[in-house]
Amino acid sequence: MPKDTGIGASTKRREDVRFLTGRGVYTDDLSLFGQAHAVMVRSSVAHGRIVSIDTAAAESMPGVLAVFTGEDFKDVGGNPAGWLINSRDGTPMREPKRPVLAHGKVRHVGDAYAAVIAETYAQAKDAAQVLADATVIEELPAIVDMRAAVADASNRVHDEIPDNLCFDWGWIEDNRAAVDAAMKAAPHVVTLELTNNRLVPNAMEPRASIGEYFPGTGDYKLTTTSQNPHLTRLLVCAFVMGIPENKLQVVAPDVGGGFGSKIYHYGEEALVLAAAKRLGRPVRWTAERTESFLSDAHGRDHVTKIELGCTKEGDILAIRTETLANVGAYLSNFSTATPTFLHGTLMAGPYKVPHVYVNVKTVFTNTAPVDAYRGAGRPEATYSIERVIDKMCRELGLDPFEVRRRNLLTPDQFPYTTPVGLVYDTGNYQATLDKAVELADVAGFEARRAESAKRGKLRGMGLSTWIEACGIAPSHLVGVLGSRVGLYDAATVRVNATGTISVMTGAHSHGQGHETVFPQIVAEKLGIPETSVEIVHGDTAKIPFGMGSYGSRSLAVAGSAMDRALDKIIAKGKKIAAHMLEAAEGDITFADGKFSVAGTDKAKSFGEIAFSAYVPHNYPLETLEPGLEETAFYDPANFTYPAGAYICEVEVDAETGKVDVVAFTAADDFGNVMNPLIVEGQVHGGVGQGIGQALCENTSYDENGQLLTGSYMDYAMPRADDVPFYTVDHSCATPCTHNPLGVKGCGEAGAIGSPPAVVNAVIDALHSGGHTHVTHIDMPVSPNRVWQAINA
Amino acid sequence: MHNFEFVKPSSIADAVKALAAEGAQPLSGGQTLLPTMKQRLAAPEVLVSLTGIAEMQGVCMGEGGLHVGAATPHAVVAREAAPSYPALAALAGGIGDPAVRNRGTIGGSVANNDPAACYPAAVLASGATVVTDRRRIAADDYFQGMFTTALEEGEFITQVIFPVPQAAAYVKFNQPASRFALTAVFVARFADGVRVAVTGASNNGVFRWEEAEAALSADFSTAAISGLSVSDADMISDLHGSAAYRANLVKVLTGRAVNAAH
Ligand SMILES: Cc1cc2nc3c(=O)[nH]c(=O)nc-3n(C[C@H](O)[C@H](O)[C@H](O)COP(=O)(O)OP(=O)(O)OC[C@H]3O[C@@H](n4cnc5c(N)ncnc54)[C@H](O)[C@@H]3O)c2cc1C
Repeated sequence: MPKDTGIGASTKRREDVRFLTGRGVYTDDLSLFGQAHAVMVRSSVAHGRIVSIDTAAAESMPGVLAVFTGEDFKDVGGNPAGWLINSRDGTPMREPKRPVLAHGKVRHVGDAYAAVIAETYAQAKDAAQVLADATVIEELPAIVDMRAAVADASNRVHDEIPDNLCFDWGWIEDNRAAVDAAMKAAPHVVTLELTNNRLVPNAMEPRASIGEYFPGTGDYKLTTTSQNPHLTRLLVCAFVMGIPENKLQVVAPDVGGGFGSKIYHYGEEALVLAAAKRLGRPVRWTAERTESFLSDAHGRDHVTKIELGCTKEGDILAIRTETLANVGAYLSNFSTATPTFLHGTLMAGPYKVPHVYVNVKTVFTNTAPVDAYRGAGRPEATYSIERVIDKMCRELGLDPFEVRRRNLLTPDQFPYTTPVGLVYDTGNYQATLDKAVELADVAGFEARRAESAKRGKLRGMGLSTWIEACGIAPSHLVGVLGSRVGLYDAATVRVNATGTISVMTGAHSHGQGHETVFPQIVAEKLGIPETSVEIVHGDTAKIPFGMGSYGSRSLAVAGSAMDRALDKIIAKGKKIAAHMLEAAEGDITFADGKFSVAGTDKAKSFGEIAFSAYVPHNYPLETLEPGLEETAFYDPANFTYPAGAYICEVEVDAETGKVDVVAFTAADDFGNVMNPLIVEGQVHGGVGQGIGQALCENTSYDENGQLLTGSYMDYAMPRADDVPFYTVDHSCATPCTHNPLGVKGCGEAGAIGSPPAVVNAVIDALHSGGHTHVTHIDMPVSPNRVWQAINA
Repeated sequence: MHNFEFVKPSSIADAVKALAAEGAQPLSGGQTLLPTMKQRLAAPEVLVSLTGIAEMQGVCMGEGGLHVGAATPHAVVAREAAPSYPALAALAGGIGDPAVRNRGTIGGSVANNDPAACYPAAVLASGATVVTDRRRIAADDYFQGMFTTALEEGEFITQVIFPVPQAAAYVKFNQPASRFALTAVFVARFADGVRVAVTGASNNGVFRWEEAEAALSADFSTAAISGLSVSDADMISDLHGSAAYRANLVKVLTGRAVNAAH
């Protein structure tokens, strides 16, 4: 019987009531007394030297209160990269300063070099145009293509970085010779060159920030669209502006999606704070959609050559990759981790591969910064592996299902240390594969293919067996890997006198459903109704600390912190119960919301304990503190390793090249599932984004660095009719072995596992139609590209 | 967006007067003009709304065929033209999304003559007449290249009159992002011959594929065009489709339109 409350219940998302009725409160919804409006002045060229900015005309425009340029911030700090990566030769990565406003040079179209603050938005906008017209920028040749960027050392994104390289990373460098030898000895080597297309995150809510300054106390407040307000506070305070951390409150109210792009601190946040201080008024900024396209951190953008050495029977012996990863013009906060430790460490996939070596060269270009986007590095790894295995199957005439079964790790092999530095704790990859095969009715595929053929369509089936490392992450591991921050999380559980509960969590919900799921766990553990529990998040003044939500970490890390805090609440409750029931603390048991003296019918309800904690009339105060509130910090022992098998079926119209995804089956192992409805929703969304990447989305810059896909007229988002009805299963669960909830994380899975399944299916369809010369099509597999591949 | 004056006349005569003002521009559904103004790419001083003029609204059969008022939204055409001219109704029902269809109008679309718009294909393939505040313009004379028409300064469309073919179909291949026509073909079969109009494909805007018209007029079947080839010389080449790809689509979609025509 499905549960209707607590852990495992498909509780409907309580936050949706306010979102769907227009009662959410987003940053841009806030209207503050005396507020002024900021408009950023952005470069229209990809690369140029700022010769002069004449602010006088703009400053004299009606309503203009202030103009800021890079000059105003030249003495404050830069927005740093959060991970230090060393090159193969041991030298540290190159870290150019990322200023609040561009100074000296502009480095991508959309790079903000000035800001205008005015009484109204329209006045600021008018003056921004005047300022742009009064700015002289000497245009320099744009560096757009990564290969050209490394090849031509004369043209530099950052004058001090000669070859436009941030780093040249080898993973694991010491294994390189052994991998080369294994590759050489392999009976068969498959080579595939592919591009992982650059994506614009396209959160529904554009970025927005409001800065406030309170002269009486010297306090600042930043209300902003952030996935992790504490990190933003740390970066603004300690790195950029030098504000004491206890003098800045960062609030992220309702946030309408992020997909990674709102993890990072952006210059506009520092700008509104500086402007608020200078003007003594709140200063607000909201991105226009065009600004989102131009200045949100983009995702992916890898060019990879992958080689796979194998036996003729399809046993994988070695994998070697060379990747160029675009970081764009500046290092965004996670940009150096994404192509390395979130990518290279996954390059063994869920397989027993003895030898793996990964080389990543990360390249500066005159394009928007690139950073983590749903999946972050893991989709790139999965795509490379699953595509090259598919190619191996075709070259050797092997069945892709059988080849997966041959190579997948088996349950008896856990914990399993991969050749790329991770320890997979648990899993059952055969089980999810079998489940997917059953649910997708693989046995009936040929009949469906014949039916499609009758309608003139080529039907194909594609498989991907994927794994990822998430629940980011254990501080001890990420520290070794170069992270400059710890990646634990924190929660405070505050039981009020009347027994209702507020949970202050370091996770930040911007669509994930924390407000629903976290109370389910509390309710289950304390035996109280879900509706008695409220989640508080997104405010550095209210929550103890937090590292935010990304990397499918909310439940695994912040949820575990909450679970630990609940354990402390129960322990404290037992103390109180012992006092009230005049029993020994060791004799108190807690179950179903009741504290009882073991072996008796003496009991106190959770509510009675809570009330007593705040009305401690006769407490033994030397041994029992009043109050019922506990905080826990949780730092996991390992990453979590969700895995699964995805099967995609497509129909291709060979005359037009149009691909329709007609069926998609996802069998995932997310460990324990707290709310199946939300997990399914996360998979639907993730697979939708994966199908978007595979078939529709592409970010295209022309040779001058102009963004060709700067609006929805040219940037193709997937729509409802681009995706099929999904078949989603998560019954093959192997609970995570090292967190108290046994959860693994489901937020990114769909986006990680699906793109290769889609592309493999397209190749399969084309082969079935006799177009066997087509061995690969780069994403997005658009109608035009499919048609060209067929007719090449 | 810059400031502007807004007037909403209730007769064609008043609209003519209003449009005589310096810097005046007609506003119909606003689905093209308003985004352009928001991006500050257009800054008309006076917007003259055409949507309050009763004579410019609605769909009815009349002299010369189906009369569609220029300010009639796509959604109304999709609904009301269905019995009399189903291919036209289907075209209107496939434009944009419900919001666009309930605001955007045939007059705005035909006046704008976006090279990827749907209506121009119907107007040209039907041999329709574009009626303005001052004259009647045959479709063949009206379209003069992308975003270019025979309309003079201050002239506005009041109505489009569509001769109704015996059989017709519009087959649109969506541009993946905008879902305008990457290429689309309208085939209309009349007693005296077949007309084939192609939109989305050419650098010169909507055009008639005359070879196909001749072949289909002789034999209205896909076989009749199977031997024809489409030159890609003037075809649009962009992110979403090469010239050769569009040339291919012209032929493929024409065949499909012939099969679908009823
Ligand atoms: C999201 C979206 C999707 C769309 N998809 C499609 C699609 O798939 N296919 C398609 O064909 N179109 C599509 N369109 C375009 C839309 O259907 C409208 O037809 C088009 O925007 C113009 O019509 P309008 O009534 O909105 O004109 P407006 O925006 O009001 O005006 C457009 C131009 O025409 C002028 N004008 C308006 N009416 C007249 C008149 N009667 N006489 C002379 N000049 C006039 C205006 O001054 C202006 O220059 C789409 C639009 C949007 C926003």
